[in-house]
Amino acid sequence: MSRLRLGGAVVPVFAALGFVFLLVPIAYTVLFSFNDAGKTNLVWRGFTLDAWRNPCGAPRVCSALVGSLQVGLLSTLVATALGTLLAVALVRARFRGRGAVNLLVFLPMATPEVVLGAALLSQFLSLRLPLGFGTVVVAHVMFCLSFVVVAVKARVATLDPALEQAAADLYATPWQAFWRVTFPLLLPGIGAAALLAFSLSFDDFIVTNFTSGGFTTFPKFVYVSATRGIPPQANVISSAMFVLALLVVVLVQIVSRSRRRR
Amino acid sequence: MSVVAALGRSTHAGGATDGATPTGPGAGSGRGARRLLVPGVLYLVAFFVVPVGTLLATSLYAPVPGGELGQFAPALRWQNYPEVLAQFWPQLVRSFGFAGVATVATLLVGYPMAYVIAVRARGRPGLQGLLVVLVVAPFFTSFILRTIAWKQVLADDAAVVTALRWLHVLPPDGRLSAAPAAVVIGLTYSFLPFMVLPLYASLERLDPRMLEAGADLYATPLTTFRTVTLPLSMPGVVAGTLLTFIPAVGDYVNSSLLGNNTTTVMIGQVIDARFFRLLDYPTAAVLSVVLMGSILVLVTAYVRRAGTEELV
Repeated sequence: MSRLRLGGAVVPVFAALGFVFLLVPIAYTVLFSFNDAGKTNLVWRGFTLDAWRNPCGAPRVCSALVGSLQVGLLSTLVATALGTLLAVALVRARFRGRGAVNLLVFLPMATPEVVLGAALLSQFLSLRLPLGFGTVVVAHVMFCLSFVVVAVKARVATLDPALEQAAADLYATPWQAFWRVTFPLLLPGIGAAALLAFSLSFDDFIVTNFTSGGFTTFPKFVYVSATRGIPPQANVISSAMFVLALLVVVLVQIVSRSRRRR
Repeated sequence: MSVVAALGRSTHAGGATDGATPTGPGAGSGRGARRLLVPGVLYLVAFFVVPVGTLLATSLYAPVPGGELGQFAPALRWQNYPEVLAQFWPQLVRSFGFAGVATVATLLVGYPMAYVIAVRARGRPGLQGLLVVLVVAPFFTSFILRTIAWKQVLADDAAVVTALRWLHVLPPDGRLSAAPAAVVIGLTYSFLPFMVLPLYASLERLDPRMLEAGADLYATPLTTFRTVTLPLSMPGVVAGTLLTFIPAVGDYVNSSLLGNNTTTVMIGQVIDARFFRLLDYPTAAVLSVVLMGSILVLVTAYVRRAGTEELV
């Protein structure tokens, strides 16, 4: 087996350096949530639990977080519903113009965020729509939609259409066949797509910045306060979210593994 | 692993099935399935196609004579394009340059990572799972806070710069902060997971017997890599480079937080400033249109050349 190993120990060492590179900023984010920050939170001044004891202590940090959660949940819900329907149709139905629909789904992913933001803002300005929560959700659903389609499509493709046929043979209506057979089998893919959509929406800055007007999300709060100094409470919130997300992922992995064993 | 599956695996699985003939109830209930398209397609038309059309129209607007700041009238002022390009071509070229260097860097850093996860850790699902979680871990903390962290790591009095000066890699007064290097490092970092995940997905499907066959035929490990592993991972390389390059070209968080205001300004910063600070919508629209157009041309040429259209 050893003769197969490319580069012996060199490759794992390079990989390990890559992982360090990837994780250093996360370590900084967590570490500086414990910093006894002055006006800025860029230099280490000493350990304190102050920010953890009072995570909403900095002005507007918690309202920004709530804003992000609201936008994230609503956009995820709408994008996942629209995207799942689109994905099922794209894999199952044969129709003229399928190439065009595939292109329509692909294009937003091939467009940099700054262009998406600029396009939506020009549209909102020309319609004289007031910017705020609503326009941010509209924008987030748009850029999450394509990613949901791609993720769910992969899952639909693994489904055996014979299962639905069997349901039909057993006198299930197409509606029953979808909800009782197809949908439960798609659920893991839909869940993954929803998680992806939420993380894209929750951490988005560029599109949000273009479409939000006076409305503030968590990333926008952090970016705007970067010039004056980011309060350590922002690090606290980000670290707590990190731990929470990590727990969810580990739990999902354990559950899916134990299911596979059965 | 489910989050990863969404990002990584989907890039080929989705495309690969497109050619397949739909069978079963899908084909039978074709009309029903077609109806499912309507809401999503309408949404994308209303909030992607129409806004891009508005952007195109805005790029040709002309200033109102004697009007206030931010007042423009619909027109077909084609001179907007040459005028704006003459002024902002350096920022445009720089964006593509920075993004290109960052993409190559993510490939060089990310390939060994993906290789270790997919090939070396094969058969040890626990270790594989852990490493994949580490790759997606950055998604769980704020993108902007992580970018700020690079500002701290690359600061003049921090360990990295001190060490590099001591090693004479940097001159005694050399710095990494507020320099092009900082922006490129930031971009490389920001999009590294988007490179590793598709690479991992394509390397994971690699049959280890292929590598054994290479060795049985007296190929050195390097030859096996060059002639077997690398070509088989090309779909991952293409997907990863696109997922890195496209967002990197338009990104302005890294250049505005880690750069300076002269030698690191990227096109996204200019678009943002024209829109919000100068209310110069036509210029911002021209730059957006040019950015989108050049990316589409580049991506099409690249995908054609790489001989894989799996992403579309």
